[in-house]
Amino acid sequence: MSLLSTEPLRLLASLLLIIAFVGLNAAYLVLAERKGAGRFQNRPGPNEAGYGGWLQPVADVLKLISKQIMVPPESDRLLFRMAPLVVLTPAMMCLAVVPFSDTLVARNVNVGLLMVFSFGSINVMAILLSGWASRNKYAIMSAARVVSQNVAYEIPMLLVVITLLMSTGTLDLSEIIKQQAGGFWHWNFFRLDVNPLAPVTFVIFFICMLAEANRAPFDMAEAESELVAGAFTEYAGMGFGVFFMAEYANIVLGCSLATVLFFGGWQTGLGALPASWGAWKVLIGLGFFLAKMYALVFTVIWVRWTFPRTQFYGLLNLSWKILIPISLFTLLLSSVMIKLFA
Amino acid sequence: MSAPLKIEPATGSGETFVLNLGPQHPAAHGVLRVKMTMDGEYVMRAEPVIGYIHRMHEKMGENRPLAHFLPNTGRVDYLSALHYNHAFVGAVERAAKLEVPPRAEFIRVITSELNRISSHLVWWSAFLLDLGGFTPLLYAFDDREKILDLLEGLTGSRLTYCYFRFGGVVEDLDPGFAERTRKFIAEMRPRLKMYRQLVTDNIILRKRLEHIGPISPDLCLKYGATGPVIRGSGVSYDVRRAEPYSVYSQLDFDVPTFPESDSMARYLVRMEEIVQSLRIVEQALDKLPDGPVLGKVPRVLKLPPGDYCYAVEAARGRHMVRIVSDGKEAAYRLKLRTPSFSNLSLFEEASKGMLLADALALMGSLDLVIPDIDR
Repeated sequence: MSLLSTEPLRLLASLLLIIAFVGLNAAYLVLAERKGAGRFQNRPGPNEAGYGGWLQPVADVLKLISKQIMVPPESDRLLFRMAPLVVLTPAMMCLAVVPFSDTLVARNVNVGLLMVFSFGSINVMAILLSGWASRNKYAIMSAARVVSQNVAYEIPMLLVVITLLMSTGTLDLSEIIKQQAGGFWHWNFFRLDVNPLAPVTFVIFFICMLAEANRAPFDMAEAESELVAGAFTEYAGMGFGVFFMAEYANIVLGCSLATVLFFGGWQTGLGALPASWGAWKVLIGLGFFLAKMYALVFTVIWVRWTFPRTQFYGLLNLSWKILIPISLFTLLLSSVMIKLFA
Repeated sequence: MSAPLKIEPATGSGETFVLNLGPQHPAAHGVLRVKMTMDGEYVMRAEPVIGYIHRMHEKMGENRPLAHFLPNTGRVDYLSALHYNHAFVGAVERAAKLEVPPRAEFIRVITSELNRISSHLVWWSAFLLDLGGFTPLLYAFDDREKILDLLEGLTGSRLTYCYFRFGGVVEDLDPGFAERTRKFIAEMRPRLKMYRQLVTDNIILRKRLEHIGPISPDLCLKYGATGPVIRGSGVSYDVRRAEPYSVYSQLDFDVPTFPESDSMARYLVRMEEIVQSLRIVEQALDKLPDGPVLGKVPRVLKLPPGDYCYAVEAARGRHMVRIVSDGKEAAYRLKLRTPSFSNLSLFEEASKGMLLADALALMGSLDLVIPDIDR
């Protein structure tokens, strides 16, 4: 324990843990998604590799790694190879400030939320890079779509977060969680006294999170029936695999953030745990955090296998004409409530 | 999401590029190639390029005895093989003045309508796949499987049926067929209700299809579009009604039409047609007479010299077979009028100025089967 508390070692351990967390999540969320899709569609899903299919991700990764990485001759080789590297880093950086449990946070930054949003935007750059560097018409169209989509959805998301920040008064994620201690009615989702439309703000946050992560029904980046595989058309093997991992890393990040901001993070929602439980409290908190997060991840999967894809202008209309006005209104409402009653 | 965007084709900028959609593309469902001139995401011109799967069916019909061509008909439009069987045997029967026993006619109607349902189910799932909905495919294929099982027991094949013969059908219904079909109909109706709740009433689907891709009745007439496409433009044209063949005149069914002319109208026409086909099958089973299923046919069939045609309502529209005979065992000229070819022809004009995703939704709503276009 004393060894781990030295700063460089602690950083290294956190980094490795985050990489492992992202990698395992990506691998097993793919399996969960395929299994879930199977359930939604009346079929078993992958069940051959290992008992119940649990070795399927291993088989997938082996296949992806053993494939040749093709670089199209006309492409911008440097940028083409760089894009998969750029796409995964921001999500990992962001996870460094997410508190998984009491004291279980890689680096507690007091502007954590700001950091998450600034790094989260870099993700778009990676898709733009891959689309641009591929020199493929489908890829470039997809890249253009992704940029305008992300611009459109970052605004309502930030407005929602600002609404929330007015009541929390801090950008420190651990602090935000501590404020939600006690019964579940202290969670921001149920704090109707400061924001009577709190559930609506959560729904807006969730929709924006889907759009930011390019998930169905907003998966314009790889609208496979229109743009083949969009920005990833020219990628083969692990190059494609990394984009896939990044998609799941972004989902995990988005759902973690939603858990922290709206559902009390690692708080149990049943009141404080007895002080005598010591380190067990951290583990229990982690369990609650993961349970809430994976419930949200399941919803993301559920949405994908239920709805058809939106049309591109429908997506932009939704943001500019519905989500932004509503989130502006909640911002106003919340500030009035705080001014009057708090 | 408010009223759909009025799309003004961006002209004059001159900065267009050519997007080569196909012959291998996930939205083309086969080897259709569309050369698209694009201005950003707007389609300025979509030029279908066909011929990648041409198999010379018409020429094959001209150099072999008529009966030997029969299996070919099921391979022109592999999704509605029985209708194509029907048109060909119908043309030959009309030319040779063959008598078809009534029981055979009823069996033809029953199997054809089952085939129509399975064809529409494939369209439905493929169309939803175009729109990015994966799950309906598996549900529709579950139901389609039941039809394929029914027809497999009867015809011996699951897709490219060759069940009709000159003067009737090859085999009588097996004893349990009527009962199994009734069971299927009883199961299918609640499923259709579920499809409605799950997909048809979905707001995202409605936003993507309503007011998108209007095809006016004039455009349909100009290009000879038939089937659900013209009925989706509000024109009540159905070969089963317009020029009744087989025993359709004895059966009671509606011809669904929707005047909205958009992609949603074509969608709703097909969904309603499944309901009507179920009704037809039910009635035909009730009225099914006893008797032989194959009439008297000469061993060597030679058509008297002349020009004969016979049209049926296939799943995609009017399919007509025209046989010009010079009195020999093979036809002098065989012409297949296939609905998908005409339905595709209007795509270039109808898709002008649309967004790429909408144009592809429009193409999906035409229900194209590429081997049917190239034949």
